[in-house]
Amino acid sequence: MQTLNQALFIFFAVLAVASAILMVTRRNIVHGAVFLITTLLSTAGIFLLLEAEFLFIVQVILYVGGIMVLFVFVIMLVNLDVSMRQVQFNRQWFVAGALALVLAAQFLFAIWAGRGALRLPAMADEISPKNTEAVADALFSHYMLPFEIASILLLVAMIGAVVMAKRRVG
Amino acid sequence: MGHLIPPSIMPYVLPVLYAVVIVAVLPLLAGYIVLMERKVMADMQARLGPMRVGPHGLLQPIADAVKLLLKEDIIPDKADRLMFWFAPLVSVTMALLAYSALAIGPAFQIADLNIGLLFILAVSSLGIYGIVLGGWASNSHYSLLGALRSAAQLVSYETAAGLGLISVLLLAGSLSMKDIVQAQSDQGVWFGFSVPFGFFIYLVGSIAETNRAPCDLPEAESELVAGYMTEYSGFRWSLYFLAEYANMIIVAGIATTLFLGGWLRPGARYHEHIPGTGIEWLDALPALLTLGVALYSLKLAPQQPVKIQKIVMGLVAVLCLGIAGILAGALFAPAGVMQGIHGAFWFMAKVFAYIYAFLWIRFTFPRYRFDQLMRLGWRFLIPLALVNVIGVGVAIVLRQQFAWGPIVSLIPTTLATLGVAMLLAKDDAPVSEAQTADGE
Repeated sequence: MQTLNQALFIFFAVLAVASAILMVTRRNIVHGAVFLITTLLSTAGIFLLLEAEFLFIVQVILYVGGIMVLFVFVIMLVNLDVSMRQVQFNRQWFVAGALALVLAAQFLFAIWAGRGALRLPAMADEISPKNTEAVADALFSHYMLPFEIASILLLVAMIGAVVMAKRRVG
Repeated sequence: MGHLIPPSIMPYVLPVLYAVVIVAVLPLLAGYIVLMERKVMADMQARLGPMRVGPHGLLQPIADAVKLLLKEDIIPDKADRLMFWFAPLVSVTMALLAYSALAIGPAFQIADLNIGLLFILAVSSLGIYGIVLGGWASNSHYSLLGALRSAAQLVSYETAAGLGLISVLLLAGSLSMKDIVQAQSDQGVWFGFSVPFGFFIYLVGSIAETNRAPCDLPEAESELVAGYMTEYSGFRWSLYFLAEYANMIIVAGIATTLFLGGWLRPGARYHEHIPGTGIEWLDALPALLTLGVALYSLKLAPQQPVKIQKIVMGLVAVLCLGIAGILAGALFAPAGVMQGIHGAFWFMAKVFAYIYAFLWIRFTFPRYRFDQLMRLGWRFLIPLALVNVIGVGVAIVLRQQFAWGPIVSLIPTTLATLGVAMLLAKDDAPVSEAQTADGE
């Protein structure tokens, strides 16, 4: 079982990283979106391997099923021919490259500094059937205030959308 | 059997078997729902519908399937070939995957996930990528417009439908399909009766999500030829078709589980809640119903015009007789077996009743204009769903603090939501007329 889990972890991890790279390098922006979806799904798969079912399903519903649908929707409204003809790596590439190098150095330093604690992610000891409840408990006890603030914000945003839709044009 | 299968894989045998059965049966079921659709449509329009292939058109789905498989598979010249090939697969895979968490009776379920409902919702909302990417990959304006409409429609109505489902989740206190049905059994009322507005919102939302008329704008044939599947033909087209009907069964399954008591027989536990009102004779109803169908088709068999049709009709009678025999035999079997078989019967009966409602709505209402569809979703359903969820929260407080009954506590909620619904409808009506007048 352990080896199967490791194999699955490596599969999802490789898929996530490979799709992320492909997402950046694809010239066709719709293909890029599809690879971003694959990345998000593989990350969801890793959550599932760690027995964090609720995180897995939230990742799939919110990011893949909601946000990415809107991404793809907007992408399709864009004129693809123009973006296909544009130079992909334009003249600011060295600024971006320098930033990426700095970021990579930071990551490497963090990994090097914390190398003692590094291991493959361990899953929860027991299969916890009350995953959703555990998340809800944490949200409604320790993180009550931030959770309520976020909920109110989202509710206001939704009501705002409805009100704007209700307003008569002209 | 015990010797053939090593004990380590034993727990996987039954789920795999179920999965194979579902994948094998579903295309056939989808085909027969198409036949049902055509027959119901014909009946509502005072026609006969398909009559030629098999007795009363009973073999029509098989003929259609053969025709579709033999058709030429065309890929447009300037299409994105990989996406064009990939998109229908996404649709059909996601539609099939959603079945793994659906509980068809207490015994017949591939996996009882404790996030069951969320899993089904997540996976079936991924099916949209099949439509969107397929429409884009076709490189055709009709297809692209269909895809865009589909994405906008799904995002708008998923919110409303999700809020409709939340009202039930608050009452059930679980996301597992089995526990939700169990909660309805314990509280002695189907949630469709305790939160009728949740049911109504989900009904409308599910019609929009499955792209059925009157919300079938992504494939509106009078405007977009066939919408996102304009450029598809043959087998690929039939994959989209299969996905659409599989999704219909999925939303019907969700509605059945959440609002119509899942596999529970009507009045299953009345004798426990209200003594002396047991309607146990209903246990015999499934067997008697199928027996009735069997006898009716036996009576029809000699009246068929052609010999082969007489034989097929006879076979149908034998099949129904067999099912009636199984259902009757289950009455005398141990309780677990009986509940498994009869549960599956009631579940399927409710699913088909829901699908019949879909068809009924389809042949009753004209198609919405796109702005009307958006207005219905955003201005009417979402505010209504929000009020409904808040009302259910209040009802739960009434239940816990003042020990109100499961039905009584929800009556104020329903009345309040009804008031809001009338207010919203009144508020919207003159605006929509005025807009139509100066918009055109």
